[in-house]
Amino acid sequence: MLDELRELYQEVILDHGRSPRNFRRLADPAHHAHGQNPMCGDTLDVYLKLGADGTIEDVAFEGKGCAISMASASLMTETLKGRQITEAERMFDAFHRLCTEESFDAATAGVDEDALERLQVLAGVRAFPVRVKCATLAWHTMKAALEGGATVTTE
Amino acid sequence: MLASTSRTAMNDEGRHSVSFDVHRVRDDFPILKRRIRGRPLVYLDSAASAQKPKAVLDAMQVAQETIYANVHRGVHTLSQEATDAFEAAREKLRAFINAASADEIIFVRGATEGINLVAATYARKFLSAGDEIILSELEHHSNIVPWQLLQAEKGIVIKVAPIDDDGNFLLPAFERLLSPRTRLVAVTHVSNALGTVTPVRAIIEAAHRAGAKVLLDGCQAVPHLAVDMQALDVDFYAFSGHKMYGPTGIGVLYGKKELLATMPPYQGGGEMISTVTFAKSTFKEPPHRFEAGTPAIVEAIGLGAAADYLTALGREAVRAHEQALLAYASQRVSALPGLQIVGRAAEKAAIVSFVMEGVHAHDIGTILDRAGIAVRAGHHCAQPLMERLGLAATARASFGLYNTMEDVDALADALKIVREIFA
Repeated sequence: MLDELRELYQEVILDHGRSPRNFRRLADPAHHAHGQNPMCGDTLDVYLKLGADGTIEDVAFEGKGCAISMASASLMTETLKGRQITEAERMFDAFHRLCTEESFDAATAGVDEDALERLQVLAGVRAFPVRVKCATLAWHTMKAALEGGATVTTE
Repeated sequence: MLASTSRTAMNDEGRHSVSFDVHRVRDDFPILKRRIRGRPLVYLDSAASAQKPKAVLDAMQVAQETIYANVHRGVHTLSQEATDAFEAAREKLRAFINAASADEIIFVRGATEGINLVAATYARKFLSAGDEIILSELEHHSNIVPWQLLQAEKGIVIKVAPIDDDGNFLLPAFERLLSPRTRLVAVTHVSNALGTVTPVRAIIEAAHRAGAKVLLDGCQAVPHLAVDMQALDVDFYAFSGHKMYGPTGIGVLYGKKELLATMPPYQGGGEMISTVTFAKSTFKEPPHRFEAGTPAIVEAIGLGAAADYLTALGREAVRAHEQALLAYASQRVSALPGLQIVGRAAEKAAIVSFVMEGVHAHDIGTILDRAGIAVRAGHHCAQPLMERLGLAATARASFGLYNTMEDVDALADALKIVREIFA
């Protein structure tokens, strides 16, 4: 029992959950969306600042929720900063597969393998299906922000 | 062990167990033999939905195997027998809550439908713009949203009676909200999120003095307390079957006969009419006026069996057993470092909501599940209450008549693991 839980609650996750990075509101975000998981009451806001060439110049979030959702949001902001929008969208797909597919192979995802490797710590949610939504909430919200959406929910 | 001495004291206090043998009671619930991830199930989510005793499951199966047909159409034998069983269930529910007449027992899908029925019939007919309804901060969404729908339609005013930080219903503040425009007070009898038992007698008396009717949400009360419609003198009382060890899809709305008689139908259809022509239809008397369509026949029979089951165990014995669980659980949980119980009302049913410093309720829920322990984590369909308490979520252990002191120990042990993981 403890092994599986330690796999889910790895030190990196606990660390990012306790002290999330880029936890702030951007002053003039070009893109913003609000995400919520009505089942547990988790809410978060994702802010993106884009360069003229489609680069994500800054990305930040605010919100409250469980360790998984906060850590995932924190790791996402670290991962996406400096990347192209198109790559962020591909990473969204890759991350979703990482959280749900047992046989997912990072090498075949067509995105920066090292970056995906860092997100691997969240793959523990596969053993906890009801928690997948916690891990993916930030990414869904980020995608909605890029697409100009206002609110997403993962229920 | 941390609390072994106090636990002995608790057991000494709880000598009721002579008449209430929880281990024998557990044998009545087949699902309690299940193992979750290799561990014995510790079911602490009865406030969300209670498990079913074999008596309920058997009653439903036997009904379907021996007497099943549609009801109230009875030229043939089976239909007559099914009707008799269905109406016998209504009588059992009447006795269970000591209503004056079985005609005051309306079968609905659950408390939610019961409350919506009152909103859509009684309140829609008798309330107009500017009339006031008083709710409380403790309410479940099911006793908030139906009134907001009516508010949007009719321009009624919704007032909210406050609680204190411990979750106590504040009677004087409630009384100050009563006005000549107050038409209805709709409050919970027992809070699903905190366990608070509200002072319903005083609420009803004060409301009646002000000329207002009272609807109680009894969902969390009927599994734990004996309720008596005539002694309470309450006007409407709604509860769900599945929280009192009965099936889903069935519940009861109690309404005083003289009020039901003044109310228009809820839904139109078969079962609720006397005559139908294209020019005009006439409606049956209550309760059938409010039961359009083929009812949940088998579920009603199952609910009747659940009422019998609780009565046979003895409501006072069940209450005493659960109060001992509540006292022990409150003591063990609050003794853990970083843990805080949310809801410390003077009178509570066996519900222990809590938060742990630095750990979200959802993470607590996941870790407890790995230990075989089922709790609820979240806002408990009471978001305004959570906001009032300044919380996003709590973890909630809710106890039923089949829980044991060992279940409490398992909870406390697993909460220590949560602390270790998040240390």
